[in-house]
Amino acid sequence: MTALSAPRRFAHRSLPEYLAMLLVLALVISSLATTAPALDKLGRGIARLFAPSGMLTQMFPPDFTRIVPIGWKLLETLQMAVAGCFLGLILAIPFAILATDRLSPHPSVRTIARAVIALFRTVPDLVWAIIFIIIVGLGPAAGVMAIMVDKIGFAGRFFAEAMEETDPGPQDALRAIGASRLGLIVSAVFPACLPSFTATSLFALEKSVRGSAALGLVGAGGIGVDLKVAFDLFNYDEALAIILLMLALVIAVEQGSGWIRRKLL
Amino acid sequence: MNAPAAPFELKAGSTIVGPVLAVSGLAKSFDGRSVLAGLDFALAPGQSTALIGANGSGKSTLLKCLVRLIEPSGGRIQMLGRDVCALAPRDLRAFRAEVGFVWQRHNLVPRLSALSNVVHGVQSRRSGPGAWFQALAPAAVRAEAMACLDRVGLADRALMRVDSLSGGQQQRVAIARMLMQRPAFILADEPDASLDPQTGEEVMALLQGLVRENGLSLLMISHRLEHTLQFSDRILGLADGRITLDQPTARASATGLRRFFDHVEAA
Repeated sequence: MTALSAPRRFAHRSLPEYLAMLLVLALVISSLATTAPALDKLGRGIARLFAPSGMLTQMFPPDFTRIVPIGWKLLETLQMAVAGCFLGLILAIPFAILATDRLSPHPSVRTIARAVIALFRTVPDLVWAIIFIIIVGLGPAAGVMAIMVDKIGFAGRFFAEAMEETDPGPQDALRAIGASRLGLIVSAVFPACLPSFTATSLFALEKSVRGSAALGLVGAGGIGVDLKVAFDLFNYDEALAIILLMLALVIAVEQGSGWIRRKLL
Repeated sequence: MNAPAAPFELKAGSTIVGPVLAVSGLAKSFDGRSVLAGLDFALAPGQSTALIGANGSGKSTLLKCLVRLIEPSGGRIQMLGRDVCALAPRDLRAFRAEVGFVWQRHNLVPRLSALSNVVHGVQSRRSGPGAWFQALAPAAVRAEAMACLDRVGLADRALMRVDSLSGGQQQRVAIARMLMQRPAFILADEPDASLDPQTGEEVMALLQGLVRENGLSLLMISHRLEHTLQFSDRILGLADGRITLDQPTARASATGLRRFFDHVEAA
């Protein structure tokens, strides 16, 4: 039997590739050195949490005495999430259509639609909340608008990708029939995208519920306002009660959307 | 081999008594590579014409150019009394509504029922939710769609999702959708390609029945010589971007067609 020489273990890399790897490594190390907490400082901080007067110690047992007003605020949080998510998903559809290669009426329109979706997605929802507080004032309306814009960015991107990935055959067939652009989209594109649209919408709802709880921190309505007040007044036991109720809501919505996904898809 | 048919002129608004399709100097090139190099031919109405040629000879490109799903690079197409290359977008849609296109792959919307897919055919003449969803379609549209499904023998599968049907049944649903268009001319791009021999023959017989019984005109591509000989009245052969074979099927033979392919491959 002829002895075969084993192939080399690693592929040869060029000098620019080695330099690129070195650059990435330098970036990671410098980032950790500059921003990561010192271990001794972290240890002292954690110890303070568990001290008799520390925050974690004071959180237990959680205080549910204000459960009724907190419950109403929780409902408002859910309503903000549902309303903002619904509006965002509806408005995401035209943005997604305009951002799609095959369905956009003109390349410049597609570029603008993609830029708007990217902008909506990139700016954090807390920043949108601050902007809408300036426009519509403090309260849940600003939260709904912030969630709506955030969801246009989130769902717009995924809707557009789903539409790009559909089989072009049925669309070509309807185009050959003489169908209008709208007819083609509604008849051929939407039915093909329905599973993907449903999954994205349910993820968007979960994301909205999680996000809406935080929007109250800047005054955009919902349970976040109560959480901020509890922390500001050092009512850590009530803060824990709010956190636990928020957790229950998020888990309930995630379980519910998971059940719907399994049933529909 | 016959000489290509001479181009002809149709007067605007005239009823079609001459050729239903006349092509003159039709050219198409992709990135400088010529696929169709000045085609000339004309088709009489109420006939079934087979278009044959080697893979990559431009047969599918020709069919798509005829309804401008691919824009021709040059030449003239007179079809159903219209100067196709000169049609404005709105007029082009109205023209396409009169031309049924049967695809190699059925191109149905997979998650929808057979009835919904057939109802989509009515988008050739109306729009709106009634043309998009069978559940919202007017009773007359639903009845016509059921009649089309019945014509292809699938009325009992109306509410079944098309992706649960066999390949042959899906192709028949696609033909029913095309019938819903009420076309005057049918273009068929290898409708038998992805089907087993028996189902392929049934589909071809169905298309020929539309020509014989409904008086429609058919231009079809088929790689199966036996189908070409059995289901066409005339055979056009495409090679080097031109029509190099044009003869009545009655005078054609399998040997002659094989010789055409041998000649094309040798070239």
